Amino acid sequence: MEQPGNPTEQLQEQLKIVKAESPWRIAIRRFAKNRLALIGLIILVIMFLLCFIGPLFSPYTLNQTNVGNKNQAPNAQYWLGTDKLGRDIMLRVMLAGRISLTVGLVATAISVVIGAVLGAVAGFYRKYADTIIMRIADIFLALPTLPILITLGAILSDLKIDPGKRIYFLMLIIGLLGWVGLARLVRSQILTLREQEFMQATEALGLRDGRKIFRHLMPNTIPIIIVSATLGVAGAILTESALSFLGLGVVPPTPSWGNMITAANSLIDFRKRPWTWIPPGMCILITVTAINLIGDGLRDALDPKMKSR
Amino acid sequence: MSQYIIRRLLQMIPTLIGISIIVFAISQMVPGDYITATQNPNMTAERAEQLRSLYGLDKPPVQQYFIWAKNMLVGNLGDSFQHKMPVTEVINTYVWNSFIIAFVTLILSWTIAALVGVFSAQFQYSFFDKVVTLLVFLLMSLPSFFIGLLAIKYFALDMKLFPTAGMTTAGLNASGFDYIKDVAKHMILPVAVMTTLQIGGLTRYFRTGMLEVIRQDYIRTARAKGLKERTVIFKHAFRNALLPAITLLGFELPGLFGGAMILERVFAWPGIGQIYLASLNLRDYPLMLGFTMFLAVLTLLGNLISDILYGVADPRIRLK
Repeated sequence: MEQPGNPTEQLQEQLKIVKAESPWRIAIRRFAKNRLALIGLIILVIMFLLCFIGPLFSPYTLNQTNVGNKNQAPNAQYWLGTDKLGRDIMLRVMLAGRISLTVGLVATAISVVIGAVLGAVAGFYRKYADTIIMRIADIFLALPTLPILITLGAILSDLKIDPGKRIYFLMLIIGLLGWVGLARLVRSQILTLREQEFMQATEALGLRDGRKIFRHLMPNTIPIIIVSATLGVAGAILTESALSFLGLGVVPPTPSWGNMITAANSLIDFRKRPWTWIPPGMCILITVTAINLIGDGLRDALDPKMKSR
Repeated sequence: MSQYIIRRLLQMIPTLIGISIIVFAISQMVPGDYITATQNPNMTAERAEQLRSLYGLDKPPVQQYFIWAKNMLVGNLGDSFQHKMPVTEVINTYVWNSFIIAFVTLILSWTIAALVGVFSAQFQYSFFDKVVTLLVFLLMSLPSFFIGLLAIKYFALDMKLFPTAGMTTAGLNASGFDYIKDVAKHMILPVAVMTTLQIGGLTRYFRTGMLEVIRQDYIRTARAKGLKERTVIFKHAFRNALLPAITLLGFELPGLFGGAMILERVFAWPGIGQIYLASLNLRDYPLMLGFTMFLAVLTLLGNLISDILYGVADPRIRLK
C-alpha cells in the first residue's frame, strides 16, 4: 500500500512534522508523568488479566466441590485455601472479579450514555427540554440511592429472577441511578460551547440538530465524560459489592467479590478462616483504589482546571 | 435572604412530589405484602383479608398513594406494621442512636481532616504529603462493610479490645454514668470505622483549599512582615481555607440523621439504618416509605443549608 516517492505523501510527512501536538498527545504525556496514576493503571491491567485470563490456568472449575478438602488454609495446592464446600477460593475470587468488574463497567456505561445524552439535550435546546430534564435530575439527586437500590434488590429477589439474568437487571438499576452528576456536567459544558463561533459555522452550514450535538458539541465534552466515567466505575463496583454483601446484588451461585464476603456472616468462617472473606475484600479495595488513581490522573491530564476537590 | 429561603422551600415541593411518586411506585412493585411476609401459619384467608382492609392494602394503588400523601402532609407517616406504632415515633426512637455515632464521627473526621489537610498542603510534595495523598485514595476506596468486618475481627474478636457488636452489654442493667461508659465503649469501633471512611475525601478538600490560599498575595505579605510561620498558616491562611469547607456542612445533614445502613448492620448498632433494613425483610411499607421520604427531605434541606452557608461564608456571593 505504501508508495514511497509519492509526492502527496511526502508532503503529508512534512506537514505532520510541522503539526502541533494534539490535545490528546498532551494529555497522554501528562498522564504518563503522573506516577500514582501509572501505578493505578498497571494494577488495574494486572487485575483484569488475573480475572479474565487467570481462570483458564486454574486446575479447578467454578462449582467443583470437594468435601474432602473443605476449609483448608492457604497452601501450595490451594493458594488461597478452600471454603466450606471445598471450592478453590483463588478461582472463585478471579471469577467473582469478572462479574464485579463487568457489572461496574456496564452499569457505568449505562449511566454515561443516559447522562451524556440528557445533559447534551438539556444544554442544547434549553427552555422546556432543559427545565424538564433538570427537574428530573433534581429528583434523582435527592433520591436516597441506597434505600432505593436495596428495595429494588429485594424486589429482584422476590420476583425469583434467575441468578444468571439477575446481574443484567443489577447493571441496569445501578446505571439508571447514576447518571445525574454527568448530565449536569455535560449540560453546563454544552451551554458555554453552543455560544462559540464554531457553532455559528454549523448553523451556517445548515446542519441538523442531531449532527450538531453528536458530531460537534459532544466531542468537546469527552474529557469530562472520560474522567467522570472512570470515577463512576469505582463507585459502581463499591455499590455492587455493598448490595451483594447484603444479599441483594449478585446472588450465589454466581460469585461476586461482595457476595463472597458474606462468608463472614458465619462466625466460625469470620473468626477462624479469614481466607474465605479477606481476599475478595482486598480485591475490591485494590481495584477501586487503582481506578480512583487513574481517574484522578486523567482529570489532571485532561483538564487541570477541573480539579476542585 | 428570607425571600430566598422561602422560594427555595417552595421549589422543594415538586421535587418531593416526584420523589414520593417514584418511591411509592417502587414499593408497589414488591410482590407480596406485610401479611404474606409474616408467614404466620395460623393466618386464615379471611383473617388475611380483614387485616389487608384494616391496613388499607386492598385499595387500588393510586388511592393508596393519595391517602399516604395526604397523611404525610399533616406529618402522619402511618403506623409501622412491625413496631405497632407511628412511623414518626419509630424514626424518633432510633434516629438518636444513629445521631450520636454520626455526630462524634463528624467532629472527629473534620478535626483530623483539617489538621492533616493543612499540614500536607503546607509541606506540599514532602514525604508526609505523598503518604497522605496515597492514604486519601485508599480511604476513599474502602468498602465500608469490609473495613467494618476487619475492625471487628482484629480489634474486637482477636485482641478483645472492644465489644464486638451492639450498643450496650447484654444483661447489664447499668444506669447513669455506668450506662454512658458502656455505650461509649461500644461506640469506639463504629465511630473509628466511620471516621476512617469519611476522612479521605475531607482531607483532600482541605488540602486543595489550603493550597489555593497559601499561593495568595496576602500570605506572601504576611510572611514578608516577618510573622511566624505558625501565625501565617493558622491565623491568616487556615481561616480562609476553612470557609469553602463550611458549605460541606450542609451536605452532612442526611448522614447525621439518616443512619449508616450497612455499617449499622455490621456492628448491630440499633440505629435507624438498621431498623430500615429490617423493615425491608418484613415488607413494612409505611416504615420503608416514610424513612425514604425522611431521607429525601433531609437531603433537600441539607442542600439548602449548604447554599445558605455558601452565601454566609463568602459575602461576594449573592443568593438570588
